[in-house]
Amino acid sequence: MAFGTQEAPSDADLPWSVRRSLPRGSQAVFEGKMLNYKGNWKGSVVSSVLEPVLFLAAMGISLGTLVDQGGRLDQGVDYLVFLAPGLLAATAMQTATFESTYPIMGALKWHKTFEGILSTPVKVRDLVTGHLLFILFRLVTTLAVFLAVMGAFGALEMPLGLLALPAAVLTGLAFAAPVSAFAAWVQNDAGFAALLRFGIVPMFLFSGTFFPVDQLPAVLQPVAYATPLWHGVSLTRGLSVGQLDPLLAMVNVGYLAVLLLVGVWLARRQFAKRLVI
Amino acid sequence: MSVRSASVENMTEPSSLTVDERRAAGEADEAALLADGPRADELVWARGLSKKFGEFTAVDGIDISVRRGEAFGFLGPNGAGKSSTMRMIGAVSPATDGRLRILGRDPGTDGPAIRARLGVVPQTDNLDQELTVRENLLIYGRYFGIPRAQIRARADELLDFVQLTDRADDLVEPLSGGMKRRLTIARSLINEPELLLLDEPTTGLDPQARHALWDRLFRLKQRGVTLVLTTHYMDEAEQLCDRLVVMDKGRIAAEGAPAELIGTYSTREVLELRFATGENESHADGLADLAERIEVLPDRLLLYTDDGDGAATAVVERGLRPASVLVRRSSLEDVFLRLTGRSLVE
Repeated sequence: MAFGTQEAPSDADLPWSVRRSLPRGSQAVFEGKMLNYKGNWKGSVVSSVLEPVLFLAAMGISLGTLVDQGGRLDQGVDYLVFLAPGLLAATAMQTATFESTYPIMGALKWHKTFEGILSTPVKVRDLVTGHLLFILFRLVTTLAVFLAVMGAFGALEMPLGLLALPAAVLTGLAFAAPVSAFAAWVQNDAGFAALLRFGIVPMFLFSGTFFPVDQLPAVLQPVAYATPLWHGVSLTRGLSVGQLDPLLAMVNVGYLAVLLLVGVWLARRQFAKRLVI
Repeated sequence: MSVRSASVENMTEPSSLTVDERRAAGEADEAALLADGPRADELVWARGLSKKFGEFTAVDGIDISVRRGEAFGFLGPNGAGKSSTMRMIGAVSPATDGRLRILGRDPGTDGPAIRARLGVVPQTDNLDQELTVRENLLIYGRYFGIPRAQIRARADELLDFVQLTDRADDLVEPLSGGMKRRLTIARSLINEPELLLLDEPTTGLDPQARHALWDRLFRLKQRGVTLVLTTHYMDEAEQLCDRLVVMDKGRIAAEGAPAELIGTYSTREVLELRFATGENESHADGLADLAERIEVLPDRLLLYTDDGDGAATAVVERGLRPASVLVRRSSLEDVFLRLTGRSLVE
């Protein structure tokens, strides 16, 4: 083993591994998260299959029978077909939020693994990108299973419905980035309870997942339309039901894309504030 | 010539120069300072390095040079600015002021390229608790962009080196403090660094684990790895460091080899006298003539002299009966006490 070389340092003797590694920090961060995930992927696979089956059976079919007796929805589809894309987008939100709260705080504050990673050539922005790559992986696998279950329940208009997957993935990423910034901003996990109570849960209930937003009192409707989840649900539903309003879809994609980009910028800034001191 | 007068001589300005000559020399020094940078064998080079956190100054304009192959130490109490300095040298914390070159490069612009050639053992272990011992090494190598096959081979050698081969596939969490530290050291070597930074490497370890760790660090030194470490243990500094700086309140109080510092700032021996509680101070004046210097600590008196036994005999001849009498060699602890008026470990 050759510890410590005797030559004077110069540009030329940079180890080849280093020259190659510099732009690939985010990939290594992604690998690290995958290595951690390896330990608990079985549990997450079971729940990612079971949850959509249970939700769609209980609410889509059982509750849906009651709803459908009361009259048709605007789209003229069964309640199951209406509900499924809402749950898909909401699952994206929940998966992304969960993976971007406690794991980020743990790596920043409790176990300080980010500090260890930053002692290597990896940069702060690689941490953010690598984290989002992992979220992307989690979203694609979880939501693909969800989409397959939707297909099995007959709640997917083909082939346009397949695009509901990228739509829901975008929804998830649009949450992951700003929530990561939030997780690096709050001092302790009490902030996460507030985020769930005043952000995620109300959005889950009132942003069009279970019923059209125009059922809300008129004063609350603009609030619901302003939430990111509504844009995710609107886009996902338009695709899976096969009734896409192109103009609205562009607004939805634009909203989510801007949220993602602003979130990435905030996360980089906030990570740097916590780690580069 | 006594050691103390030597130190005084060292500090005396050359008085034969006129004021103008001295001012000219000063300006020349300053010009050289601005123009010059690290020599090729100076892996760490700092001039006027400072770190401020808001109003608080953690590091207050220090100069450092660490040469290749050297084991260099920062000795000082908690809060002296050692860790802040280490984080700047590790190219993870930007300097507030001054110039810093690591491996000849500017950490402000070449951070990743510098960190690629450093090994870092932080004060608090930041191992991945959910991974096994071996996985911690494998993933850390990936952060340096080293190919997997190469990391695997290196990980086996390193686990052997830090004597953790039989724990390779265990999770990190149940390991003892000493084992975690050794794993952190193995991890810091995964990229075959030229410069190894160790922040308080043995703080919190039991004596046996400390000695095991020192042994590994000695071996690294023999292999030519340049070590930079911080410690508030004077025995650690004496054992490991070829050269060290004594840090206090963000400044460097003294610099030199351990023996040199002891020779310059202390006497050869120390006579420790312990009188009954509350009586220590009252005996100090009566014994002052027996030593070059006398320190009054809350629980004992320290008499600095080159002949400890002689002084002890003299104390007894004066009819004094201290509860305990101890003659020992001077240590870096005494150097620190002399320089700052305080103890290292409080």
